[in-house]
Order: sequence, then C-alpha cells, then structure tokens
Amino acid sequence: MKIIDIMNATEAEVLTGEDQLELEVYSACASDMMSDVLAFVKEQAVLITGLVNPQVVRTAEMMDMQCIVFVRGKKPDAETLTLAKKKGLVVLASKLRMYTACGLLFSMGLHGGTINAE
Amino acid sequence: MQSDGLHFEFAVDGENFASAGTASETIKNTLKKLGLPPATVRRTAIAMYEGEINMVIHAGGGTAVVDITPTAIEIELKDEGPGIADIELAMREGYSTAPEEIRMLGFGAGMGLSNMKKYSDEMKIESEVSKGTRVLLKINI
Ligand SMILES: Nc1ncnc2c1ncn2[C@@H]1O[C@H](COP(=O)(O)OP(=O)(O)OP(=O)(O)O)[C@@H](O)[C@H]1O
Ligand SMILES: [Mg+2]
Repeated sequence: MKIIDIMNATEAEVLTGEDQLELEVYSACASDMMSDVLAFVKEQAVLITGLVNPQVVRTAEMMDMQCIVFVRGKKPDAETLTLAKKKGLVVLASKLRMYTACGLLFSMGLHGGTINAE
Repeated sequence: MQSDGLHFEFAVDGENFASAGTASETIKNTLKKLGLPPATVRRTAIAMYEGEINMVIHAGGGTAVVDITPTAIEIELKDEGPGIADIELAMREGYSTAPEEIRMLGFGAGMGLSNMKKYSDEMKIESEVSKGTRVLLKINI
C-alpha cells in the first residue's frame, strides 16, 4: 500500500515528508520499546509507536525505514521532527490507539514482514 | 590498528539523551558512502547504536572508537560507568536494570546486548564493577 493509504486509514495528519506520500510500503512494525524494534531486521518500512523522542527517528533510520506513525495523539517536539525531515522520513500523527491502528493497517494488507535470519 | 583503514573517535555525551546515536549515525553514513552492502551497513549501525545508547543510559557516556579496514569494521565502546557485575546475566534477553524513567524513553527492554551479539560477528565485553565497561564489536566485510 502507499503511505497515503496509511494516512487515510489512520486518519492521520502528515507532519513532514508530504512529497513522499505516494511511496509504496510493504510491511510494518509496532512497539514503544526501541530495542524490540531493533531486534528483528526485516524489510519493514513503517514504524508505529506511541513514543515520541529523537531516538524513535534514529531507530527508524538505523533500520532503513521510511515512515513513522505516531499514535495515541502523540506529537513529536521540534527537535524530533527536524531530525526526521533531515533523514527524509515521512512522519504521520494519528489519534488512534496503537492496537486499533495496527489492526486497521493489518486488515488492509500491511503485514509484519518476514524475519531475515541474520 | 591497521594503517590502511579509516579511524574515527567519538566522545559520547552522557548528559544528552537526544544526541545519543549521533556517532552511530556518522558511521552508518560513512559505510553507506563506502558502498558496503546495505545488510552490513545496517548490522553495524544497529550494533553500535545499541552500545552507544547503553553508554548514555547506563554509564554516563563514554567513547567510541571505530576502525574500518578492507576486511572488517571494529568498534570499541568504552566507559567509566558502574560496570556490569554479571555479564552473562546482562546478556540475557529481557534482563534490564533500567529504571522507569528510562523505560519511558523507549529503552530498557533488555534486548540491546543480545542485539549487539546477534548483529556482530565477534563481541567481547570486559567490565569491572565501579570502574567501567569496554565492549568490542567486529563486523566482517
Ligand atoms: N555500558 C554499560 N554500563 C553499565 N551497565 C550496562 C552497560 N551496558 C549494559 N549494561 C547493563 O546490562 C543490562 C542489559 O543491557 P541491554 O542493552 O541488553 O538492555 P537495556 O539497555 O537494559 O535495555 P534495551 O537495550 O533493550 O533498551 C542493562 O540493563 C545494564 O544493567
Ligand atoms: Mg541497551
């Protein structure tokens, strides 16, 4: 699906990366603990999280992800957003709870991806 | 230390959580520019990032020294923090001494050291309680 589909499904607002909403993404990962995200290298492109600080952007960047969806109405501070912009990431903010956002996106075909045995 | 490689030294600030990870970021960008395989770049970046974060949240900062040679990336993370009493226990997935305020920042799942082991080809930890910790990581190219 495209990032714009994620935006529409989660009724999200785009905070940066407006020019990349047509990008195709194939899998996602959701957690509030960054080392859990870092534990499984998959080709996942989307990080869904309720945690807002610059380390979320760094984690996404280390994993070569393209899009962060902040849930539960959390909005990142200016520093976090500036970093995301610098990295060329798309940042979405949704009011949905994590479970709901994940459920919706999963049912639309955005799955967890296959784990690389690295 | 090989002479036919690149050498980097970073001071990792223990007072600034927001800037944690900038050394790993620099290395990631360097490896990318060198044209190394994306999987190697990612493995290195994640392993170093976990170690860098550990120095910030558990040890009040430290230093990171990175050597890139034609055959490997070698990373040394050194701090003068509280040290690790039981390294085997600390390596266990899920084991963490991180307090609640660190967990609120998204760290303290107890996955960092095992991630570092998983993503590196060689990992060595030397630690002495109340003296500090030295972690060596090697990723083959
Ligand atoms: N540099 C260090 N200095 C002192 N103690 C450390 C250091 N690195 C790790 N530890 C100890 O080892 C434990 C396990 O580390 P590990 O990185 O696996 O998990 P964590 O940092 O607690 O959580 P996570 O990495 O999942 O965010 C830590 O909770 C801490 O007690
Ligand atoms: Mg850790």
